[in-house]
Amino acid sequence: MNRRVRIDPRQLDLPPDMSRRTPLYDRHVALHGSMVDFAGFCMPVRYSGIRDEHMAVRQRAGLFDISHMGEVRIRGEGALGSLQRLCANNVGRLRAGQALYGVMCNADGGIVDDIIVYRDGDNDFMVVINAACHDKDIAWMRQNLEPNTELCDESDEWSLLAVQGPGAVDVVTRLVDTDVSVLHPFHCVMGHISNSAVRVSRTGYTGEDGFELYVSNDSAARVWDAVLDAGSTVSLLPCGLGARDTLRLEAGLRLYGQDMDESTDPFSAALGWTVKLDKGVDCIGSTALRQLDPQHPPRRFVGLAFVGRDIPRHGQTVSSLGEAVGMVLSGTYSFSLGHGIATASIAGRVDPNAPLDVDIRGTLVAARIVPLPFYTRPLRSSLRNPHPATAIPQRE
Amino acid sequence: MTELSGYRFTKTHEWVRRDGDEVVIGISEHAQAQLGDVIFLDLPEVGAELKVGQRFGTIESVKAASELYAPVSGCVIDVNRALGESPELVNNAPYTDGWVIRLENVDEGGSELLGEDEYRQLAGE
Repeated sequence: MNRRVRIDPRQLDLPPDMSRRTPLYDRHVALHGSMVDFAGFCMPVRYSGIRDEHMAVRQRAGLFDISHMGEVRIRGEGALGSLQRLCANNVGRLRAGQALYGVMCNADGGIVDDIIVYRDGDNDFMVVINAACHDKDIAWMRQNLEPNTELCDESDEWSLLAVQGPGAVDVVTRLVDTDVSVLHPFHCVMGHISNSAVRVSRTGYTGEDGFELYVSNDSAARVWDAVLDAGSTVSLLPCGLGARDTLRLEAGLRLYGQDMDESTDPFSAALGWTVKLDKGVDCIGSTALRQLDPQHPPRRFVGLAFVGRDIPRHGQTVSSLGEAVGMVLSGTYSFSLGHGIATASIAGRVDPNAPLDVDIRGTLVAARIVPLPFYTRPLRSSLRNPHPATAIPQRE
Repeated sequence: MTELSGYRFTKTHEWVRRDGDEVVIGISEHAQAQLGDVIFLDLPEVGAELKVGQRFGTIESVKAASELYAPVSGCVIDVNRALGESPELVNNAPYTDGWVIRLENVDEGGSELLGEDEYRQLAGE
């Protein structure tokens, strides 16, 4: 049987080298979360079950503790210049309260990490980084700052909760003292939940509408409780990292370290849309990136769909007409679609119409290339036509 | 909580229960918890002859695929067809509705079966 390490919450004496805990650890244990180590943090992989949690997010709402993510403040006159060098996307187009998704590249054009950059002011930014890349990213950023730039690692100061799903707006709107229903995607606003300050960001990693809530560690449990309480009207469920992975893969979102690493250029990860080589400032890696043809990258990043319940896994070989042409990156069973799905990296020269097979534990299973994302949420009118706020809603 | 006095277990987390001349086989609560949400099972055909300790199938969850090992020797006379549509029965009712296969002509020679208490110790419960 799979020998995944499982930390038994009933144990009282925990080994000294156990993973770090977020401020919500006690909440996870009380909710019977099945805890695992993830990037050095003790996190819930599931509570009631991955399928239940996944479908809750697709149909109603789910609440995630993602406090393991890192937050880095970059400030000063050199802040914008530093971020334009570090990030291949155009940070200069951001207004205060706006965010973007992008990648940091090394000198060879390989991806160091994928990040979200928030602009809080002319010279004030917050960068959100993957937990697994924390130490590497901090060192990389420090090494590549322009003069007059201050970097503060705030990762240990912030807790982060995600409320995701079609019911998320309903839940979060009732909790925050600012109208967040009109917040556009990739925008944030400061507000309060239960008297605790919160950055409410209309972002997420599930393919659903929703918010990510940045709060102080002291407030995390209080805000978690408030969301669960308000969420009961839509039958919101707490959700773990297992559902987080099945949801993000259905939505075609990348997982650094699995879908791409330092040997992957952004075009080979189908992230060319985040690369703005003509933004007026050369990012690190731009010389290497300019050598590449975005239309014909060295490797192609594709989505694969399977007929039945076969579950492709990272590292399995992809072949075309008997020849090995690539590898599965992320694979899972799609609860929303009812079949296996995977992302794969295949040689650029492969004919996109040729049939592909994946070697799943010795059996060749047929796969077909499908456009990403695998799953797109139905249109919701509230997001397409946000009405202008004419008055601040009265708090109940 | 299922009454487990009639159940015996293997070190590989299968259980076996006598039912007249036949046995029913499934996986334990501990195993289903480790696996997480079961997505499908790859099981033998009716009529297949199994030898004790032989790998007879695979159980696939979101997390991983695991092998199933025959606790005793015998001939497969039934396979739980409900698991095709509802594999989550293995998670929700591992000792009852989540049964996997049924054998006849059972031979326990060479088997290493544990009682409930021994198994619980092994599983660290």
